[in-house]
Amino acid sequence: MSDTGAPDVSDENPLLRVEGLQKHFQINEGLISSLLRATMGKEADYVHAVDGVSFELERGETLGLAGESGCGKTTTGMSLVKLHEPTDGRIEFRGMDLTESDDEELDEFRQNAQMIFQDPFESLNPRMTVYDTLAEPLRIHDIENETARIRRALEFAELQPPDHYFDQYPHELSGGQRQRVAIARALVLDPDFIVADEPVSMLDVSLRAGVLSLMERMTEEFNLSVVYISHDLSLLRHMCDRLAIMYMGEIVEKGATEDIIENPQHPYTRSLINAVPVPDPDVGRERVELAGEVGDAIDVPSGCRFHGRCSEYIGDICETDSPSLEQKAEFDDDREVSCHLYDSCGKQS
Amino acid sequence: MSVLDISDLEVYYETESAPAQAVDGVSFTIEEGENLGIVGESGCGKTTLAKAIIGILPDEGYVNRGSIEFDGKDLTELPDVERRRYKWEEISMIAQSAMNALDPVYTIREQIVEAIETHRPGTGRTESNEIVAEMFDLVGLDPERADDYPHQFSGGMRQRAMIAMALALEPSLVLADEPTTALDVIMQDQILKRIGEIQADINSSMMVITHDVSVVAETCDRVIVMYGGKIAEEGPVEEIFGEPYHPYTIGLKRAFPNIRESDQDLLSISGYPPELTDPPSGCRFAERCPMATNECRTVEPKAHHQDGLRTYCHYADEIDDGFRSRADDPKTWKDTEAARSAQTVAEVND
Repeated sequence: MSDTGAPDVSDENPLLRVEGLQKHFQINEGLISSLLRATMGKEADYVHAVDGVSFELERGETLGLAGESGCGKTTTGMSLVKLHEPTDGRIEFRGMDLTESDDEELDEFRQNAQMIFQDPFESLNPRMTVYDTLAEPLRIHDIENETARIRRALEFAELQPPDHYFDQYPHELSGGQRQRVAIARALVLDPDFIVADEPVSMLDVSLRAGVLSLMERMTEEFNLSVVYISHDLSLLRHMCDRLAIMYMGEIVEKGATEDIIENPQHPYTRSLINAVPVPDPDVGRERVELAGEVGDAIDVPSGCRFHGRCSEYIGDICETDSPSLEQKAEFDDDREVSCHLYDSCGKQS
Repeated sequence: MSVLDISDLEVYYETESAPAQAVDGVSFTIEEGENLGIVGESGCGKTTLAKAIIGILPDEGYVNRGSIEFDGKDLTELPDVERRRYKWEEISMIAQSAMNALDPVYTIREQIVEAIETHRPGTGRTESNEIVAEMFDLVGLDPERADDYPHQFSGGMRQRAMIAMALALEPSLVLADEPTTALDVIMQDQILKRIGEIQADINSSMMVITHDVSVVAETCDRVIVMYGGKIAEEGPVEEIFGEPYHPYTIGLKRAFPNIRESDQDLLSISGYPPELTDPPSGCRFAERCPMATNECRTVEPKAHHQDGLRTYCHYADEIDDGFRSRADDPKTWKDTEAARSAQTVAEVND
């Protein structure tokens, strides 16, 4: 698929490298408010939805982005597949800097990066048949063997026999089947990279496991790299190799999934894991209630953004110094934490 | 004493063809101060059940048979005018989507005050405002925000406002329909804790309707698992999540990952719920059940009582003869799925 002439440097580089990704949204963008602002000489206000996110994703690796509503995880995911233009920062795909790519390179990237959305009732066009839904990306990218590819993608998504679904419209399908169509649509272009935003949260419990195991199979068979976005840590634990916990537009802790779930170190990660209910009435869960909610990221707090809700607040440093996400002397795994509780060991990400 | 006693209830919806039997022969009770969980997937009849209890069925819905006794009175027999008195004052409901349940053109205060003054005529404005302030305090909202409109609240705050409204008249029964489904885990944890505290305070009973088994495991005393309009299994929360008898309960329990366990083999219940306009004559779950036999497909199972559980399964008495271990094995379910899918392919190709 690298017939665009771009150098294929995929061997040395991770599939995806994100550095200092920022996405700010201006608020009160309307004509009147911007005129008013100009006459009063005031600066525009911005929502700092994503504010300096960095990570790498290897081939075949699955990364979970977790956090509360409004922490910026979905904006991050959408920026990764270029559904948002980042305000600042670099996104490198196979060593190619997307912020400086020309149209042809972006075209190739768009073939290789796909997104699966939360709500299959809204992400499929109600006026398009299943066949057309899957054919559209193939036509846009001028790919041949349309029918064979569509048949294979539907078969993979366990929509059997595929021809039976060709002429069906989304309203004729159940929620689980629709999400399978959305997955087939993402796979039909043979991508390397997929962002899945809460892929099962709209589905019935009895159907979730089926869709999850389909996604596991897809990751394995196609050696896909996947970023899963969810607030549900039970699900992420099941699906991901590594986790990144986000708070107010920043990653506060990242590392191997098992290390983070079994032994969370950032006070925010701890509260997040503690809040997950357990389907076993005999397990008494220690409930550390995290008060309040993520503030609006307009006037971002100084220092550590979590200091107002933190149970481990250790003094002025939390309010004045912004902690950096780095490996700490206390831990021998490769986890990175941004918290003043721990000592820096000099290795910064 | 039972607050609610439902017996052989049938709630149907009129459709162009035959009526849809959304709730079909359901009986259970809720005791004073008890929390009952109703678990099941979409279309199993759990929300219809709640709507029938509080009396807000849509026009095409009706109670075909059975009784809903509240406080010793059969609500289905009461004329509308009398029925309305129970609504909100004795039985209130926390709806799933607070965004849609709150009126966007009135402030939160106006909406709560309206509920109070409608049901308690003669309550002065000062007194109503005191109740609003008190309820806001209880659910952890700043009373000064009571004059805000719903759109000025975040999702979690709206859900809290909804709870404040549902509890303002100290009802003896609260129906909570997916009270936290739209919220993230942190907000869910806060809200569940808050509901629990207030409920203990006013000693109300609660019926929690959800598809999230972990929420039920943490908040309820007793659980009913519904499938296709009928009760599949009912019992104390420890038994239902410990060693249930019904293959559907066993499947549901294994269908979603638990944060406390690594490397779980998840179980997927393939297929779809039955058509309620023409329900199967045997066990409603037979079509998706990997353990189903001919008897299951033709004869409706009777209740089997053991270990405090009420189970509607023909094989409940053979549970220890390898039945549970087979039903608890994801492979059993996968094999059945593969066999059925091969069958569909063959049928379509014919």
